[in-house]
Amino acid sequence: MHELALIEELCRIAQQEATAQGASTIHSILLRLGRLSGVDAEALSQAFAVVASGPPWTATHLVLELVATECFCSRCQQVFTPVDLIHQCSRCGALSNTVLQGRELELVSMEVS
Amino acid sequence: MCGDCGCKQSSPSASPRFKIALHQNLLERNTRQALLNQVQFDQHDLLAVNLISAPGSGKTAFLEQLARRWGRQPIGVIVGDLATDNDAQRLERAGARAVQIRTGDLCHLDADLVARAFSELDTSGLDLLMIENVGNLVCPTAFPLGEHRRLALISVTEGEDKPLKYPALFNSADAVLINKIDLAEVAGFDRNAILANLRVTAPHAQVFEMSARSGSGLEAVMDWLTGGLEN
Repeated sequence: MHELALIEELCRIAQQEATAQGASTIHSILLRLGRLSGVDAEALSQAFAVVASGPPWTATHLVLELVATECFCSRCQQVFTPVDLIHQCSRCGALSNTVLQGRELELVSMEVS
Repeated sequence: MCGDCGCKQSSPSASPRFKIALHQNLLERNTRQALLNQVQFDQHDLLAVNLISAPGSGKTAFLEQLARRWGRQPIGVIVGDLATDNDAQRLERAGARAVQIRTGDLCHLDADLVARAFSELDTSGLDLLMIENVGNLVCPTAFPLGEHRRLALISVTEGEDKPLKYPALFNSADAVLINKIDLAEVAGFDRNAILANLRVTAPHAQVFEMSARSGSGLEAVMDWLTGGLEN
C-alpha cells in the first residue's frame, strides 16, 4: 500500500525537474526496482495510473527495471545471486548478511519535451 | 504522434524530446529526515526503537509492560494508528509519556510524521523512545524513522512461516520478539520451526520469547534495550 506514497514522491521529483528544465510533457520515466525493495511492481503501476492521470502525465510511460538480488559470501569471498528470499550462498550454504544490490528504488531518468 | 491526441501527425509546435538524468532514490527525502531525527534523538540522549508488527500481535501490550517496569524514569512512546488515540491513552495509563500519530489512510509511519510527533514530546528525564509503528509487516519496513534499533514482533498465533513470508522486515530487524508465548501450547506453536525460519531470514537478529500479558521473558528484552543505551 505504500506504493501510493512512493508514486506521489516520484511525481513530485519528476514534475519539479521537468519544470526546472522547461519541459511541459513527460514521455517516460525509468525506475529501477530491487527485488528486496519491498515494493510490488504491479501495485506501483496501478498507483501510477491513479496518481498520474492528468497533465503533464497523460502520455507518460512508467518503465520499471527489476534488479535481482546479489549478496556477498564472507566465507567464499564471492558474490552470489540467492535463489530465493533466503540469502544462502549457492556454493557453501552459508547465510549472508551483506546485500550488494536488490534494495534499489531509484528514479534513473526521464524523457521530456 | 502529435502528443495531444495520438493522431500520428507531427505537431508543428512540438518541442524536441530530451532526456533528464535523475539518479535519485525515491526514499531520499525520508532517509534525510530519518538522519535528522537520529541527530535529534542523540542530542536528547535517547535510544530510539522502531517497533513493527502485524495488527493485534501485542505491540501496545508489550509497551504497557515495558512502561510499568522500565525503572524510575518513564519511557517515551510515539504511536501510530490510522485512527483513534486509544493506544496513547492506554500507554499513558501504564505510565508512559505518549504522543499519538493518526496517519489517516497511510499504512506506515514516515520520518516526517515522527519528527512532528517528537517535537510534541516532553523528553526531560527520558532515556528510551519506543516508536510503535502502524500494524503492518510490509510498508513500515521501507521507511527508516531515524531509529537506533529495529524490533520486529510476532505472536505465536500468527504462524511459524511469518519470517519466510515477510523476509524484508525480519532481515532488517536487530531483534525479534516472539510474543504470547504463554499461548504456545494451545496454539499448537512449533517453536523449532519459527527459530529455524528466523535463523535463515534474520541470522544476525537476537530472538526473545515473552508474554506481554504476564510479563514473562521481558527482563531479557529490557537487558537488550539497556545494552543499547550504553552503546
